[in-house]
Amino acid sequence: MKQVSLLTAVAATALLLYSCGSTPQQADTEKPATDNSMATTAPAAEAPAAASDDKGKGKFTSVTLTDPLDQAMITSGKSTYEVKCAACHKLSAEKLVGPGWKGVTERRKPEWIMNFITNTDEMIDKDPAAQAMLEECMVRMPNQHLTDDEARHLLEYMRDNDGKK
Amino acid sequence: MLGLAVATTAAMQSCKMKTAATAVQGDAATKTYVAPGKYDEIYNFVSGGFNGQVSVYGLPSGRLLKVIPVFAVNPENGYGYSEETKAMLNTTNGLIPWDDQHHLDLSQTNGEQDGRWLFANANNTPRVARIDLTTFKTMEVLQIPNSAGNHSSPFITENTEYVVAGTRFSVPLGSEDVPISSFKDNFHSTASFISVDKNTGKMDIAFQIVLPGMNLDLSHAGKGPSHDWFFFSSYNTEQAYTLLEVNASQKDKDYIVAVNWKKAEEYAKAGKGKKVPASYAHNTYDEHTQSATSEIKNEVLLLDPKDCPDMIYMIPCPKSPHGCDIDPSGEYIVGSGKLAALIPVFSFSKMTGAIAGKQFEGDFKGIPIIKYEAALHGEVQKPGLGPLHTEFDGKGNAYTSMFLSSEVVKWSLKDLKVLDRVPTYYSVGHLMIPGGDTKKPGGKYLVAYNKITKDRFLPTGPELAQSAQLYDISGDKMQLLLDFPTFGEPHYAQACQASLIKDKQVKFYDINKNGHEYVTMGEKKANVVRKGNRVDIYMTAIRSHLVPDNIEGVFVGDEVYFHVTNLEQDWDIPHGFAIKNNPNAELLIMPGETVTLKFTPDKQGIYPFYCTDFCSALHQEMSGYLRVSPKGSNVPLKFGTGETVTSVAAK
Repeated sequence: MKQVSLLTAVAATALLLYSCGSTPQQADTEKPATDNSMATTAPAAEAPAAASDDKGKGKFTSVTLTDPLDQAMITSGKSTYEVKCAACHKLSAEKLVGPGWKGVTERRKPEWIMNFITNTDEMIDKDPAAQAMLEECMVRMPNQHLTDDEARHLLEYMRDNDGKK
Repeated sequence: MLGLAVATTAAMQSCKMKTAATAVQGDAATKTYVAPGKYDEIYNFVSGGFNGQVSVYGLPSGRLLKVIPVFAVNPENGYGYSEETKAMLNTTNGLIPWDDQHHLDLSQTNGEQDGRWLFANANNTPRVARIDLTTFKTMEVLQIPNSAGNHSSPFITENTEYVVAGTRFSVPLGSEDVPISSFKDNFHSTASFISVDKNTGKMDIAFQIVLPGMNLDLSHAGKGPSHDWFFFSSYNTEQAYTLLEVNASQKDKDYIVAVNWKKAEEYAKAGKGKKVPASYAHNTYDEHTQSATSEIKNEVLLLDPKDCPDMIYMIPCPKSPHGCDIDPSGEYIVGSGKLAALIPVFSFSKMTGAIAGKQFEGDFKGIPIIKYEAALHGEVQKPGLGPLHTEFDGKGNAYTSMFLSSEVVKWSLKDLKVLDRVPTYYSVGHLMIPGGDTKKPGGKYLVAYNKITKDRFLPTGPELAQSAQLYDISGDKMQLLLDFPTFGEPHYAQACQASLIKDKQVKFYDINKNGHEYVTMGEKKANVVRKGNRVDIYMTAIRSHLVPDNIEGVFVGDEVYFHVTNLEQDWDIPHGFAIKNNPNAELLIMPGETVTLKFTPDKQGIYPFYCTDFCSALHQEMSGYLRVSPKGSNVPLKFGTGETVTSVAAK
């Protein structure tokens, strides 16, 4: 009987906690924002149109493009590519683990690219285009923790790869 | 003593159910329930005893969070097996894959926990380790020469100036071949003071104090007014070397050894010590090269009390004292005579007064013995049977574990009156209050680490997990909240508020700062290099493939080194690495890290290797083949990933 009443107590506590949302003794150990990177995500949306005006989700709302391309940024972007990206992305259009990069700057807005690089998990969870790519590739793109500058340099490298001048 | 313990346990069992039922009150569940996704309040670091590791639990839930390999090899993550970590377990007798890990101490600043490092002792082959609390990794292991049975360790001074190591099994200094029966003449105990660099934590043996042959048992540093002192309990001052159970229990009193370490430090600086040859290993792990190195040191500084007056005094303490615990104010020294029916409490101010007034009653091998009454604050009368260890709640109360009578007894430091007692299940050894050995204890919880488990959990054959029990000590009466099983055999433990540690955790290693000699910076750099019969494989891992994943041109008898670099840069994405028939272990490689597994194939064949840590939906695909050909055969070195007969033909 003791066992049963103890169990009931736990269950009751659980209910109580659930309805209150939080418990006073936990106040100083609240978790930071939940990491959803491996949790179940919403169903993927329809496959996106080939070209999109979408800027994605993240801090980049407006990226100023260079004209002509910045050679120093390209060099820096290339070295980041080789360490952190090349394992999954080819420079051609051929898919390896992720899609090949040829043409990516035509398919996506610069803001979308930089948001996807720096805000990977939220993008995969919420952005319809990113979700569609997940259905295709079946591997979540890892967040490789690029700095904002590294992401921008990578974008320059992608533009160079797409033959922009 | 063992017989007594068994008898006590048997006696407890017959009436236990009633006691247990009344001991747990209705609200215990609410006090220990941590909802899914919520964090515990406290990190509890628990010594692993004979498993040589340190376990980390959350309190109040009792959930196991991690097992940190320290003195024992850990095939699960490659500690002690990988090329990078073998050196951590090196000693003057080569790699020793195991030890007996008893006590822990969290680093302190001004007598309060600072959440930087955790120190751990090894009993069997005397060593002290330092664990970094941003990575929960063992960073340093220092061997202690001129010692055996390193039990009264690794307790620290108030500002982590020193970690101590004290000899339980006296031995001859150096490596003299002497008869065991010459114990009194040739055997010594030593108290080693290991300095700790306040910025890096690096340890170094500053000096060793040579003491008469006896068994140093436990120790704690003074604090506040007693800051300059360290106190060690001792037993076997009878100097027995056989049947200690009887022969070391002859005298009414052994001693608390009071060491003025400030004075010892001055003597060491003033050149009063003697440098002697002594061989010991100092192993350090370098975060930049991600590799450990082992340095064999050749000299140690000995301080002889004869040359260093006013450095050491003996305080008589009844019946083979075990615990030696200092209250938060630094004034009271509690000795727990494990065979005594009382607990003596000494006063630091009375002790210094007695020294000034020369209230001595002779000497022990030249060390002055202070008169018992002259240093005594008072005795706790009839506390229970078999007092072992005492911790404090910062509210003027002390809590002592009673091994024989299986209980925790709460008593008042001021008037030494017993205030409350609560049963443990069964035969409690150490007990721990978070911060209970510091200036600022947390007065909310107490954990008892029990030596005997019997019927507390579902039975698992003859060998059972050890039981720990959590008590609420915030009120006048102690309240049992929770039982939880532990691994190995816990002895002392430490605990601190989670907030001290949780926000400074390293989540992954920055690949751009990876200074490993064999790092592969990107797949383009993946390579296989042969030098004689040594083959170095520069391999990368990222979800979900290894580069190279096809390797040929390796022969029977080659020494093959897989240097695997995890290219991931995100939290909680380790990759594993294992290869068939390798008589070694596997590797777990954290994001941004490079780790090396050695394989010396002794048979021809195709050897699959694969990622052992489920990493993605295509984890099952993360694998490859090593072809091992007969020695002397004509197979060219060839490696790659993604090349097939058709793809090569297409080029």
